[in-house]
Amino acid sequence: MTLAEAPNAEIIRQTAVDLATKIKSGELSAVEVTRSHLDRIAEVDGEIHAFLYVDGERALASAARVDAKIAAGEPVGPLAGVPLALKDILTYTGAPTTCGSKILQGWLPPYDATVTRRLLDHDMVILGKTNLDEFAMGSSTENSAYGPTRNPWDTSRIPGGSGGGSAAAVAAFEAPLAIGTDTGGSIRQPAAVTGTVGVKPTYGGSSRYGLVALASSLDQPGPCARSVLDAALLHQAIAGHDPCDSTSIDQPVPDVVTAARSADVSRMKIGVVTELGGEGYAPGVEQRFNEAVELLASLGAEIIEVSCPHFVYALPTYYLILPAECSSNLAKFDAMRFGLRVGDDGFASAEQVMAATREAGFGAEVKRRIIIGTYALSSGYYEAYYGQAQKVRTLISRDFDQAFSQADVLVSPSTPITAFKIGEKVDDPLAMYRNDLCTIPSNLAGNASASFPVGLAPEDGLPVGFQVMAPPLADDRLYRVGGALEAALHSAWNGPLLDRLPDPGALR
Amino acid sequence: MTVLPYADALAAYDPVLGLEVHVELNTTSKMFCGCSTEFGAEPNTQVCPVCLGLPGSLPVVNAKAVESAIRIGLALNCTIAEWCRFARKNYFYPDMPKNYQISQYDEPIAYAGWTEVVLDGEIYRIGIERAHMEEDTGKSLHVGGATGRIHGADYSLLDYNRSGVPLIEIVTKPVEGTGAKAPEVARAYVTMLRDLLRALGVSDVRMEQGSLRCDANVSLRPVGTSSFGTRTETKNVNSLRSVERAVRYEITRQAAILASGGRVIQETRHWHEDSGITTPGRNKETAEDYRYFPEPDLVPIAPSREWVEELHETLPEPPTVRLKRVRADWGFSELEMRDVVSAGAVNAIEATVAAGATPQSARKWWLTEIARHANEVGVDLEAVGVTPQQVAEIQALVENGTINDKLARQVFEGVIAGEGSPAEVVTARKLAIVSDEGALAAAVNEAINANPDIVDKIKSGKVQATGALIGSVMKQMRGQADATRVREMILDKIG
Amino acid sequence: MALTAEDVANLARLARIELSEAELEVLAPQLDVILESVARVSDVAAQDIPPTSHALPLTNVFREDELRPSLSREQVLAGAPAAEQMRFRVPKILGEEA
Repeated sequence: MTLAEAPNAEIIRQTAVDLATKIKSGELSAVEVTRSHLDRIAEVDGEIHAFLYVDGERALASAARVDAKIAAGEPVGPLAGVPLALKDILTYTGAPTTCGSKILQGWLPPYDATVTRRLLDHDMVILGKTNLDEFAMGSSTENSAYGPTRNPWDTSRIPGGSGGGSAAAVAAFEAPLAIGTDTGGSIRQPAAVTGTVGVKPTYGGSSRYGLVALASSLDQPGPCARSVLDAALLHQAIAGHDPCDSTSIDQPVPDVVTAARSADVSRMKIGVVTELGGEGYAPGVEQRFNEAVELLASLGAEIIEVSCPHFVYALPTYYLILPAECSSNLAKFDAMRFGLRVGDDGFASAEQVMAATREAGFGAEVKRRIIIGTYALSSGYYEAYYGQAQKVRTLISRDFDQAFSQADVLVSPSTPITAFKIGEKVDDPLAMYRNDLCTIPSNLAGNASASFPVGLAPEDGLPVGFQVMAPPLADDRLYRVGGALEAALHSAWNGPLLDRLPDPGALR
Repeated sequence: MTVLPYADALAAYDPVLGLEVHVELNTTSKMFCGCSTEFGAEPNTQVCPVCLGLPGSLPVVNAKAVESAIRIGLALNCTIAEWCRFARKNYFYPDMPKNYQISQYDEPIAYAGWTEVVLDGEIYRIGIERAHMEEDTGKSLHVGGATGRIHGADYSLLDYNRSGVPLIEIVTKPVEGTGAKAPEVARAYVTMLRDLLRALGVSDVRMEQGSLRCDANVSLRPVGTSSFGTRTETKNVNSLRSVERAVRYEITRQAAILASGGRVIQETRHWHEDSGITTPGRNKETAEDYRYFPEPDLVPIAPSREWVEELHETLPEPPTVRLKRVRADWGFSELEMRDVVSAGAVNAIEATVAAGATPQSARKWWLTEIARHANEVGVDLEAVGVTPQQVAEIQALVENGTINDKLARQVFEGVIAGEGSPAEVVTARKLAIVSDEGALAAAVNEAINANPDIVDKIKSGKVQATGALIGSVMKQMRGQADATRVREMILDKIG
Repeated sequence: MALTAEDVANLARLARIELSEAELEVLAPQLDVILESVARVSDVAAQDIPPTSHALPLTNVFREDELRPSLSREQVLAGAPAAEQMRFRVPKILGEEA
């Protein structure tokens, strides 16, 4: 059965905006909408494996409450009744938060993340928790201790990572919206390889309270959607100052919704980053990128080229800062207060139980990064590694400052290649890290960045993502550019890219 | 353990001290979260995701703790940093939920200060290296071992109520030139610091409750040399007494090693108040590598100079100024004041005077009766179990004739034993002086009749012999008589 | 700069992970390759460059010294691998108390 023939197709193919409108008007009930998505999950997730936990009953109960509120004339949020999926690294009471790791198997947190709280306060319906690379470390979701997620475009391929579950859920119409987190591209790269929209807000734009920390100075929760406006509405719902997060920004959320609707790039200066392209980039990726740039030019934008010479150091800088911070952030997983405990036979010491548990509970990539981080911070090496990396980070930020003085936004491909086969890069960590080449600089500098679908690569028919980067606090510019591209491309394509999604289950 | 006699040790070696004092602040809430800091609550009832270190939790700095840190720094004549950060100190230990402690490393909020300690009329200037903010750990109970200590325990039980309580760590520069007075100077420094912190109102500073903790670093160098010897760090120093005793002991222990040609091992040692010795902690093959890096979940602190100036205005008078003032107020001689200072009794006397007693009577009670109890049990004056208020009450009872000095001692005993207030103890133990003239007259008559030879002596002019008769009456009255009145009555009777 | 299996074992000890012999054999060369590539950061002359530890230059973020609700003891101990006498029960601790 093709997607178009699926019984719930009418509901699950709609945008969040449309669903919200119809739920509010009574044309659809929130319960119907939630049920349709739960049915879709039941139908395809056996193959896709986007979800680690489906919270069906509670989701339906939530939806029923929203319907009751609307019927009673009570005020509800702009996305009331719309279902979404939550990356399994944000806490949500009553459901496990595993972070894709065995060490947290079945862990029930006693508190909600601020982002989770805001979604619930906005009357949205949480369908469940999505799969991810263990503790958000990876670019393919193959590092999940619970098995990989498959790309709905070709189920023998990766959906990107670390947030492959959220992106795949959205791409496979299992949810109209999802929340991801982005530390080095974990929202944007999966968006690129699944043909969806993924946005990383300015660092500090969304609260990290309740987001299990990977790299504290890089992590950001953000929206995943199939359309730019949907992403903007979700962005608006979750972003904003949180007193529980000292690094969150105490300023109003940029008006991303208006920007998405206006979608006007005339007179915008768009900077193409010289260093993010060329060797190592798939021809189809570069082709679609260039076409998108030309398209923006035709819509009235001025295209210039900018050089960010220190971007070539972004990858090594990132792979020093992240392991250092995560080696410390992951120390709390020690079998003493929560999570897995292994080897407590009455004779082993606390130290031994800690070491045995972490050995059994952490996967290979997590261990690699903890060891590298421990090394980078150890006495005698701090200055040369972590200390130096923090300085190079300043130089990368300065490159951005200098580039943003010439252009309103910067653009590049979101990732050098399209979705690769599952298993293709698992034995080559460095090759895996290179997927993040384009996305990492924005995490290091903390500016806002997004990936928008701009077509399929001719050589393999797989989605290509277009990255837009904006200065800190100028998140709205992302949506302005993304909206313009989307309008023009949908017009050229006669519909969204995901119309061309082959039915999951049909092998390529 | 071999030790060298103290005098011998000091003849050959020159001690250098380093004192690290941790102060628990008396803020309402914890350093990085809103949990209560109340002492003595049921286990694990003052805990939240932040101080439990749950995945996803984040710290937020308590403004009051920063204010207290700055005030402490100012009171110690430190420079207050214009910009500083928190840092993570990474190591694994079950009482530390995140397995890193949020502390400050190379950017303390206060540094390069000094303070003065007065001892036996001499002023010692002590350099303050730094004062910085950090968070406290949880408390462990070790089960199964003999002493309740960690060695030999089968397992441990963790209570995280204390985890996250704000701490200020104050570190001195090396303290040199104290010579034989090193132990007393160490004690005097901690005493002065305690009184200073109390005057600032930033902490309960009760060593016996753990809100003031001291680690003593001691090293020796041959007299006349200038480079530092190897130092040891002694922990579990839980009272002012212990500070002095532990420093003294370490000096004699290290001296014995050096005198026999050995080398002092750089290590952490544990003080045992009962046996009066230090024992080595676990010997680690390599020094712990804490892998400090700036805390990414917190932003830098940049106290404005205006704020610092405002806080400067709130400081109490410096200790040496205060001591001069109270000495003048109380009219004590220099020697009397010295004794008071070295006993750590300044605050206690001040409070007792405030409660109505005369300075001299306050001094008497604190430095004799209460000090005696303190030494017997091995605790500091303020931990004996009698409050300045109660001392003033007892003195009032003496002054109004209800009891005399000798009886007062029994009242002190009763109060310390927890039998109640002074008045309650007098009643319960029936200690009031008998003022019934009839009863007194009867006792006087009995004494006179029982001792005719003494009466003869008195009649023949040896008035001193009255003392024996008075003693006899007092014995009959079980001390509950006014000796002056008794003497009057005896002489009246005899004629 | 070659990272030996023993170097990795020492780091693992610091990080409280009991790596197996087999893992040590595989990890050491992998880590070595990664470290070589990240060492590129030293190619950049950055002596006078200040380090960044935050993307945005925020300072002085505080909260008032007020009480906020704590978790209940049941919530606190809910995830505990072992609990006794209202406390977390942990195996015997060999190291010294700080």
